[in-house]
Amino acid sequence: MAATGAIAARPRKRTWLDLESGPAPSRSAVLGVRIVFAIVVIAIWEAISASGLFFGDVVPSLVKILASMWRLLIQDAFWTNLQVTALEILVALGIGAAAGIACGIILGANGFLRKAYEPFMYYFSPTPRIILFPIMIMWFGIGVESKVALGALSSFFPIALSTSAGMALIDKVLIRVGRSFRASAWQMATKIYLPAMRVPVLTGIRLGFGLAMITVLLAETKLSNKGLGYLVMQFYQRFDMPTLYALLIVLFLIAGAGNALIGRFERASR
Amino acid sequence: MAERVHLRRLAGTSWFPVAVGIATLVAVGALVEVLLLAGVMNRYMLPLPSDVLGAFRRVIMEENILSRTGDTAFEVLTAGFLVIVFGVPLGVLFHRFRILRMALEDWVAALAAAPIVLAFPLFLVLFGRGPKTVIIIAFVYGIPPILLKTLEGLSSTRGVLINVGRSLNMTPTQMFWKIMFPSAIPSIFTGIRLSWTFCLVTVVGVEFLVNLGGLGQLINDLAERYDLPGTYAGIAFVILLSVAFFIVLERIETWLQPER
Repeated sequence: MAATGAIAARPRKRTWLDLESGPAPSRSAVLGVRIVFAIVVIAIWEAISASGLFFGDVVPSLVKILASMWRLLIQDAFWTNLQVTALEILVALGIGAAAGIACGIILGANGFLRKAYEPFMYYFSPTPRIILFPIMIMWFGIGVESKVALGALSSFFPIALSTSAGMALIDKVLIRVGRSFRASAWQMATKIYLPAMRVPVLTGIRLGFGLAMITVLLAETKLSNKGLGYLVMQFYQRFDMPTLYALLIVLFLIAGAGNALIGRFERASR
Repeated sequence: MAERVHLRRLAGTSWFPVAVGIATLVAVGALVEVLLLAGVMNRYMLPLPSDVLGAFRRVIMEENILSRTGDTAFEVLTAGFLVIVFGVPLGVLFHRFRILRMALEDWVAALAAAPIVLAFPLFLVLFGRGPKTVIIIAFVYGIPPILLKTLEGLSSTRGVLINVGRSLNMTPTQMFWKIMFPSAIPSIFTGIRLSWTFCLVTVVGVEFLVNLGGLGQLINDLAERYDLPGTYAGIAFVILLSVAFFIVLERIETWLQPER
């Protein structure tokens, strides 16, 4: 004991880089920091808004944004355009998921095909997909079809890659059991592969949802006459900034809710 | 039997599957060419692949592609370096003050998932229609991954390394610079790779959407002129350039990973 005491580190001056940060902060302290942070952000925002640094309504007061949000949410136009965008995203995700899962299973089941084709998908996946919109317009026209096609293409890659990676995690015993029962390819896919890799598939669908949503909305801002992306551009062109802020906040909340919903499914399936 | 063994051996090599992948791409291109020439497919929707290959030269020679690539590269690199300058210290701050991490990490993760790029009209109004706006949008998009990965890297410093530092009676500053930061570098670089990928995608996307600046604008211009082979060649050029960018980042990341 004495020896331990002898070699104990000398007390030293603490600096901000010190490792020991004390006991874990309490929940109320964490909540306090969140509230203080939110108040500081709101105060800075309101100060900028009142300062006149920016022209007119470029940085409107939060009260004005909330009032615009209320007016936006009671408008029929918002809900009609929301329906269009939601439909486009869901159809895009449906097509992307069906094609992605099928492709992922095929690639994941065959090591050679995986090595031959997966690199293309892997490297193509993070490229800026919105630049493919002109091609989609040429193929599918300027209506909802081109947005759906672009959304489907965007969601396809993460879902296919995630499914293919998930195939590698399947317990080989399960595959052997399926084969020993002489299961058909369809039965193998629906009874063995998909139930065994639901988590990576759902992860892929969550990523695919985010990409489908953003590409559909961006495509709507580029060329369309309906949808929430179109509405964003309408408010921008009318210079209705408070409503533009309100709509963007609503869109961020919808995106967060969609992500959280799929994330919940993902966790529940573990 | 011998052929089958030979094929299996070929399939096991690293180059053969890659060659098959490339051969498939060439075969699909050739098939599309034949179908278009035979009139089975519509040439107003899909140009001849040979025309697209020919358009590459035209796009490179006549569309000022070097200067456009320079504009895009400038925006990506400026946003990319700003992201490092702000993202890494913020990650260190989040690591040092546990309460900050507990209170705000989820918010940063939510910011990473938010479709910020959709707010481009707002940024245009706030900062004007120029490269500065593109850089700011890319910067906002690129901050969360690097912050979160820096935090992850510092938090996952192996206990044994920290104990070594303590047994050498290192000062906190030495501990940070000689142990924690070097050990977090692979994770930080993963963050840099993700952030720079986000920056590239955002810069090209915004350039395309608002018809401003470099390579994104090139595709918009070509599409608006209804130059079909040119549009396809332009898109292929941007995709190839993006892929080259990702491969370089990935190579550096692999090089920085500690040997296991």
